[in-house]
Amino acid sequence: MRSAWPCWSAFWAAVPEDILYDVLVAGGGNAALCAALSANESGARVLVVESAPQEFRGGNSRHTRNMRCMHRAPSDVLTGAYTEEEYFKDLIGVTGGQTDEHLARLAIRSSPEGAAWMRAHGVRFQPALGGTLQLDRTNAFFLGGGKALLNSYYAAAEKRGIRILYNAEVTGLKMDDGTFQSASVLVKGEPVEIRAKTVVLASGGFEANIEWLKEVWGDAAENFVIRGTPYNKGRVLRLLLDNGVESVGDATQCHAVAIDGRAPKFDGGIVTRLDCLPLGIVVNCRGERFYDEGEDLWPRRYAIWGRLVAQQQDQIAWSILDSKVVGRFMPSVFPAVTAETIPALAVQLGLPADAVDATVKRFNASVLPGAFDHNTLDDCRTQGLTPPKSHWAQAIDTPPFLGYPLRPGITFTYLGVRVTEKTKLRMKDGSSSPNMFAAGEIMAGNILGKGYLAGFGMTIGTVFGRIAGREAALAAAG
Amino acid sequence: MTICNACRYCEGYCAVFPAMELRKSFTVADLDYLANLCHNCAECYYACQYAPPHEFAVNVPKTLAEIRLQSYKKYAWPKAAAKIFEKQGYTAIILLAGIISVYNFYRFSRPIQSVAGGDFYAVISHRAMVLGFGLAAALVLAAWITALARFWNSGADPPVRGRRPRRLFALTTAISDVLQLRYLSSGGAGCTYPAEHHSQSRRWFHHLTFYGFMLCFGSTCVAAIYDNFLGWKAPYPYFSLPVVLGTIGGAGLLIGPAGLAALKLRRNRAVIDTTQDGMDLTFIALLFASAATGLLLLALRDTPAMSGLLRLHLAVILALFAMLPYGKFVHGIYRTAALIRYALERMRSQPGR
Repeated sequence: MRSAWPCWSAFWAAVPEDILYDVLVAGGGNAALCAALSANESGARVLVVESAPQEFRGGNSRHTRNMRCMHRAPSDVLTGAYTEEEYFKDLIGVTGGQTDEHLARLAIRSSPEGAAWMRAHGVRFQPALGGTLQLDRTNAFFLGGGKALLNSYYAAAEKRGIRILYNAEVTGLKMDDGTFQSASVLVKGEPVEIRAKTVVLASGGFEANIEWLKEVWGDAAENFVIRGTPYNKGRVLRLLLDNGVESVGDATQCHAVAIDGRAPKFDGGIVTRLDCLPLGIVVNCRGERFYDEGEDLWPRRYAIWGRLVAQQQDQIAWSILDSKVVGRFMPSVFPAVTAETIPALAVQLGLPADAVDATVKRFNASVLPGAFDHNTLDDCRTQGLTPPKSHWAQAIDTPPFLGYPLRPGITFTYLGVRVTEKTKLRMKDGSSSPNMFAAGEIMAGNILGKGYLAGFGMTIGTVFGRIAGREAALAAAG
Repeated sequence: MTICNACRYCEGYCAVFPAMELRKSFTVADLDYLANLCHNCAECYYACQYAPPHEFAVNVPKTLAEIRLQSYKKYAWPKAAAKIFEKQGYTAIILLAGIISVYNFYRFSRPIQSVAGGDFYAVISHRAMVLGFGLAAALVLAAWITALARFWNSGADPPVRGRRPRRLFALTTAISDVLQLRYLSSGGAGCTYPAEHHSQSRRWFHHLTFYGFMLCFGSTCVAAIYDNFLGWKAPYPYFSLPVVLGTIGGAGLLIGPAGLAALKLRRNRAVIDTTQDGMDLTFIALLFASAATGLLLLALRDTPAMSGLLRLHLAVILALFAMLPYGKFVHGIYRTAALIRYALERMRSQPGR
């Protein structure tokens, strides 16, 4: 059935009037929508302010595609079983223990219930069939990806009469001793003061704020590529940290992977990724190798390469391969630069031909014989080379040769706000705010101190978004 | 397509994306194949993180719709007939007018007696009817088979090895996909047509149209058997098999095309190739007109209006027939062929034993 709500909400959106809302949700991604829907279902009158225009709504959730989900038995969308203990162990593995165990276990334990709730709100999952990634045991894939998931949530929200403002950026928060009063919002450039009894802050990190990144990384940040939305400016995060909210996570850290250097500055998303690095060698602008490309399986290593490339001169590097490995990695959206000889390839890539040629020759000479298998830690390694290549080392000798430029691609930042298990903001003086809640990336640092587990961001957003919505509605009613 | 192949978020939606993933690069024939696999449901457009206004401006349904029309023209036989795809409305009107005037000329050159109630063959002789439609059917079949062969032979198998396909199984899989319109159901939720929310309406209206058409065709076949083998002459009683089949089918052909046209007017113009509206609407109009004139003829067959209505009905049917290989109808032929190819590929790409 076609609902009358979409037209109504479009009408309202044009005329924001002075209403005291029960719950104001800042942000428009997965966590924000989960909070808005949950608050609405708990009886609250909800307003969502999303800084992006409608076409680009949804923050970085629009680039996601799956959610990591605990489960005891195989289902239509997940294979095998994935217990709380294994899940938690994986989390400890990537974070090195930098996690709030109580919140982490809450997220893990609530994930199956979250998945059921998602289905009830129109999200569809893909049958577990093998797919492109070997994540079918741990992660449930959304049919059509994150944007399709968001479309379902927005449709559900409109149907329930949740009011949504696009092009609406929070520029100020009026707080009185840790209690939220009202928010200043720029709606299509017009300043509006919005009053609400409670607020859920689900507006992401600051990865798209180049100025802020430069505070941490210096001018190198100018050469970073932002993989996701250009709207995650971290404005709300800064407002909170400047107003007595306790921070969590390392301000100097961001999750960065090596992506195709030809990617657009923002929003390039999944298609700019390159997973060919362990199949060849990686050189910097002097034509020299700088790290062991075969240190470990790629899913465990891809996240360090953003930082490695960022540390090179001009924040750029090149992956060099030969035609033996073509077909063993996912195609990038940009074609490889190819040439019949290594010096010719170097010239095409704008690298010193002699240096690259010497690097490749030295590498080829140090390769020991072995049985190549890029799916396991095979015995193909180098000897007497610094840095070594510990696995998948094969001589680069079969033309045509391929090259891909690499840049650091920033996925998200770790700095966030500390929260209680009810997602209430913790203040620096140790108290917790009675009516301010946070969900999603802005508080993910409580659980993910460093590293990343594929699909865990969506788990955090869904679980804590729902808690924040429910608790905010409760606080507004009480 | 390179963007799609690097992203693959849409692989769960329909056959187009798995078929795409079997290929690393795309020839023109590959694109024709993918374009004819696409049912234009637009799910992938709404789910696409790269859809306009993103700078990559990916629009799979619209791009494939454009390629699809080009493929209809490219594989058409005879070659010169490809132009008909661009001038559908005019062709239909000229055809109709032409058929009616030829009939009138024939009739006035050989004056006949007044028409008795319900006697069709007094209006047009049995021989003329069989001759006219037999000729049209032969031409239509020849054009279809030639075009289909061209389409089928242009495609190459993807570079994968695996089990040898069981052809019969592939055929039945594909036919069942066609008969159920599996890829317009989007796993039960319905496709995003005419706009962003999911709906089964297009699938049901297409079912009414398709099965209505088949029932009418069946009615004609039964009548032909009655007439030629059993010696039972038309018109048949209201509760005879040909009339019942024709009436139910005709009702489907009234509601189905009308519904499809109504949906068409409400659809999101961002995801379609609007230059094809003429082709789509002409086919819809001819189907609707053939049912409308047929049902009217049935209702008024014992009145003096019969003679005029019969001529009009036969002219519409003949025009519809003549345009079958050069209009929207061909989508069914190419799509079925593409789905058969897809079913074969799927089997081949599964690991061998």
